[in-house]
Amino acid sequence: MNRQAQSAVLFLLGASLLHAGTTDLYLRYVKQGLRPLVLVSGAVLIAAAVATVWYERKRARRHNPDGAQGHVHPEPRVSWLLVLPLLALILVAPPALGSYSATRTGTALQEPLAYPALPAADPLPLSVVDYAGRAVYDHGRTLRHRQVQLTGFLALDRDGTPYLVRMALNCCAADAQPVKVALTGEVPPVLQPDTWLRITGTYTPRRAEDPVNGGPIPFIEVTEAKPVQAPKDPYDESWNG
Amino acid sequence: MAITKAAPQKTGETGETGETGETGETGETGRAGQEGRHLNSPLLLTMLMVVLVLLQSPIRRALSAPVMQSWTTVFVAVMVQALPFLVLGVLLSAAIAVFVPPSFFARALPGRPALAVPVAGAAGAVLPGCECASVPVAGALVRRGVAPAAALTFLLSAPAINPIVLTATAVAFPGNPEMVLARLVASLLVACAMGWLWLRLGRTDWLKPPSHPSHDGQSKGEAFWGSVRHDVMHAGGFLVVGAMAAATLKAMAPESWLRAAADNPVLSVLALAILAVVLSICSEADAFVAASLSQFSLTARLTFLVVGPMIDLKLFAMQTGTFGRAFALRFAPATFTLAVVVSVLTGWVIL
Repeated sequence: MNRQAQSAVLFLLGASLLHAGTTDLYLRYVKQGLRPLVLVSGAVLIAAAVATVWYERKRARRHNPDGAQGHVHPEPRVSWLLVLPLLALILVAPPALGSYSATRTGTALQEPLAYPALPAADPLPLSVVDYAGRAVYDHGRTLRHRQVQLTGFLALDRDGTPYLVRMALNCCAADAQPVKVALTGEVPPVLQPDTWLRITGTYTPRRAEDPVNGGPIPFIEVTEAKPVQAPKDPYDESWNG
Repeated sequence: MAITKAAPQKTGETGETGETGETGETGETGRAGQEGRHLNSPLLLTMLMVVLVLLQSPIRRALSAPVMQSWTTVFVAVMVQALPFLVLGVLLSAAIAVFVPPSFFARALPGRPALAVPVAGAAGAVLPGCECASVPVAGALVRRGVAPAAALTFLLSAPAINPIVLTATAVAFPGNPEMVLARLVASLLVACAMGWLWLRLGRTDWLKPPSHPSHDGQSKGEAFWGSVRHDVMHAGGFLVVGAMAAATLKAMAPESWLRAAADNPVLSVLALAILAVVLSICSEADAFVAASLSQFSLTARLTFLVVGPMIDLKLFAMQTGTFGRAFALRFAPATFTLAVVVSVLTGWVIL
């Protein structure tokens, strides 16, 4: 790969990072906090591409005025692989992790540090992670007699048990892990995995064990389930502190 | 209540343009390639791009299977997460190569390499990044005349003991603050031990001679950006290899294997050590993953935290690119073994 092609790859790589960082695309892959770094590195890559072209032209004028290339150090073949993430990001833009990963990975519920008092709203919007933590480790003390509203995507177990899932993420999608809440009560008759749902329901003490890792999965007694648009940030980042 | 089909976030397969005239145009580019005997890389790159843009709907269709989709997502995620840190490391390494005179390191580090090793290990605490940043920086240090043993110690300790990583560990293990201390001690010990081991057994001819073009007769700006371009193209290519390997294992390997290993104390340490290598998680996030592996003992999870930042698939690929294959093939297994042994001993004493 010669210098021109390298600067083209650098430029495209930087541009695709800027594109991902300026739209909500980056939220499918990394945590929100990485946004400034993604943008800065995109800008640096573009600057490197521009600098390469600039110095290359200067050098060509200095050494051989006919523009022919003098000695060049071709980069190793492996540089060509940088085209792959570029294409994946620009052309394919894969979706955030969904039910496939969720059913293959055990629930990653961790014991919350505290159970702060909940606001008086009715129905009360809660995150899947928050609900599951209170239900399992606080035995639902703060949830009794409350209508709660959870948003997540649907995943079906091998035996057909429906779960409402949110992938919790710490840095990037490679470390994303699901937190699952099983559905009971008025579960919709037709269940399509990966559909985003807003569930309104109440706490029930029923528990299940995740078939993958034996982790605890609480239930929610569903009274209403509504399909909704996927949220801007598909991951739960509450563990980032 | 019925739920409509098709998940909203799935890329739609309908309404894509570029279907018509696809075959005709790809045929033309193919012929053009055969005509031009001297295929140069800009032409090749343009052709590749055109073909792939034209074929984008079949490609998307092929990638819409759940396995492929989650593979692509993890692959892109690792790249998007690692590239900023790689760029940070590359900028630092270019700055070291161009603006810091070699005499600075001669003065800053103790003259005897055996003493320089622990100093370099402790200096790792100031590079706030994950492991992708430390590889190009260590490469630049070697080229700048720093003793390889000290540079390698820095390479191993920087991603493991910097304040960001230690804070993340404290947050992830709220009930076990001793985990932070154990991680710091074990990582520093392994890094220094590897440095001393290199002093005794290492041979300079294992290290690839620097492939950087000399900066003679260039302005500082030209040398700086030349170094940035070279390192991104080089280390970036190897980063792609590592990201692909990590995505493959994450998407394919069933997690139920782990459950079987958790009950046996020896097996559990080995299983998490191998998992750390395979997953190639950023060192700033691995503490949270370790915390969620609650079926494993603390010692096993400490091994995960010590091994991960020092050696994983992505790092191995990048070390091969920066220091050469002869080096990586010897250095990686030694690091792995030493990291496992030291973690077990540290876990036994502290945890």
